[in-house]
Amino acid sequence: MSRQASISGHEAAPGRGRRVLARLGQALLTLWLTVTLLFAAQVLLPGDRATIYLNVYEGQSVERTPEELAPINKEFGFDRPVLVQYGAYLSGLLRGDLGIALQTRRPVNDLIGEQIGATARLTLAAVILAWLVTVVWVVATAGRRASISRFGSAIEALVAGMPQYWLGLVLLLCFAVRLDWFPVVSGSSAQGLWLPAVTLALPLAGFLGQAIRAEYERALGHPHVLSSRARGTAEWRVRVVHALRPALIPGITLSGWAFGALVSGAVIVENVFSRPGIGALLVNAVELKEFELISGIILIVSLVYVALTFLTDWLYTVVDPRVRLNYQGSN
Amino acid sequence: MSVPLIDACAAIIQLPARLHPAARVWREARRLPLLVWLSTLVIALTVWASIAPGTLVRHSPLETDLLNTLAPFSAEHWLGTDEIGRDLYARLVYGARESFLIGILAMAIAITLAAPLGFLASLSRPLVRGATDRFIEVMLSFPTLLVALLFVTILGQSPFNVAVAVGIGAAPGYARLVRGQTLLVRGSAYVEAAIALGHSRARILFQHVIPNAIRPLIPVTGLGVGKAIVWSSSLSYLGLGVKPPSSEWGALLAAGKSQLLEAPSLIVVPGTAVVLVALGFSTLFSYLQARAEGAKT
Repeated sequence: MSRQASISGHEAAPGRGRRVLARLGQALLTLWLTVTLLFAAQVLLPGDRATIYLNVYEGQSVERTPEELAPINKEFGFDRPVLVQYGAYLSGLLRGDLGIALQTRRPVNDLIGEQIGATARLTLAAVILAWLVTVVWVVATAGRRASISRFGSAIEALVAGMPQYWLGLVLLLCFAVRLDWFPVVSGSSAQGLWLPAVTLALPLAGFLGQAIRAEYERALGHPHVLSSRARGTAEWRVRVVHALRPALIPGITLSGWAFGALVSGAVIVENVFSRPGIGALLVNAVELKEFELISGIILIVSLVYVALTFLTDWLYTVVDPRVRLNYQGSN
Repeated sequence: MSVPLIDACAAIIQLPARLHPAARVWREARRLPLLVWLSTLVIALTVWASIAPGTLVRHSPLETDLLNTLAPFSAEHWLGTDEIGRDLYARLVYGARESFLIGILAMAIAITLAAPLGFLASLSRPLVRGATDRFIEVMLSFPTLLVALLFVTILGQSPFNVAVAVGIGAAPGYARLVRGQTLLVRGSAYVEAAIALGHSRARILFQHVIPNAIRPLIPVTGLGVGKAIVWSSSLSYLGLGVKPPSSEWGALLAAGKSQLLEAPSLIVVPGTAVVLVALGFSTLFSYLQARAEGAKT
């Protein structure tokens, strides 16, 4: 009997554990591939790395003599065999060391560490705002008369397709320049967070809304909604409590993906509102061809992305037990 | 069965079978929603401006008028002038070609990269399939703009490289789409029938799988051109794409940034042009997509 219990009680647990492990393995594989691709891009960058470095550093564009290049090669180890460099790069990353930015000669860790807080605050504020806007908008307009529903989804499509720089500039001109409600240069103050966060949140809200609306309208037709209506539940309660919950599921999976879109958006939004952050750092790095810094930023971003997808996948199975982690998708 | 009977049936259910092709197009066109009409108009104007910009403007985009700098909208200068008195409307019209071509080129590059990847990830042997699948997955984990910035760094900043960078950045998403479509077609009954009929592998691939997997991508490609124009103008706006002497729309934005407070129209006008074209593409091709899938619109 105890044997029986152990089979029925524990069989699900190892299966689930193995699936989580497999997902973790996939996540690690993704990260390793990312690192390898970035390293390959660094090595395959056209031109000699030491020459590029010296030229950018001194603002020139000339051929360099071996005597000039020797100390640079020695300092950064550019002359070692590629595999040795790869090994050094990998082991550095495992120790959490992203390398040294060539121009400023400062550790990439420090450079990113100084800026990541501002970007994290911005993206977090944007995600929260986007969810609030989406839920309110969908609950207010979905499943109403045809004209209202159509208006709701048209606005979503319009907002989702809007380039962030344009939205940001229009908001900036209206609310900061004309009305003077917010500072023009937002810096890192809390008052200055509003406009950038709204700029980042609105297109995301459009996307989320498009995904949730269909699910919400389907949920409104579910038997449990019908039965709560039959019990005489107030309309707002049906909409907010009963129909909303099942409709939020696709939004959860989208949130992992949304992070990628938010990072792209943050690069632009930080530029529009002259905010410090990873985006500003990245644009600067691209101008200076700071490859170490660019790879460092991309690595951090994909690390966060992988962690978030892992988390949302797991959340998904918690929210909806029908979904298994090894589900391949219906394509 | 006699021909008059078929004609009678066609008349009863109003099949437009005997209509002249042009009449059929007109018949379709009258049923289009207003927004689709407007989108077509915007795209047609952009194409016109790209082919023959000279027919739309009175001023040269390079002609400076130093007595009339940062002028507001007027009958002479429809959209005002910039800091050295160049006509903004003329620059916008002349910039259409570059923006449009970059968008189309980026999309062409994205599809050229995505189609083979997608086919590899769905039709090859399991080992290759798994590896390609994983590769696409990894590329998808990079935000589009980051990939584009990475390639701009590697390739250098020029209009062509911007298109390449945006194309590479957008490719993984389309590769995944191709993969999904191919898997769908591969599992369909007509492919099974062709296999049962003993058709050769190549014939099945080229006659059934590839054409049917590619066809639904055509409207998606149109949607993508709009997005590619937005991405490339974003790169130029950041100062990492096409550079200001050019009047590509993103470059106009970048140039207008310094006059943000004095003449906001310098940046709002080209931005609005990008928005209108992007929305035009997305409205028109979403409509076509819905029609192709047989959905009611």
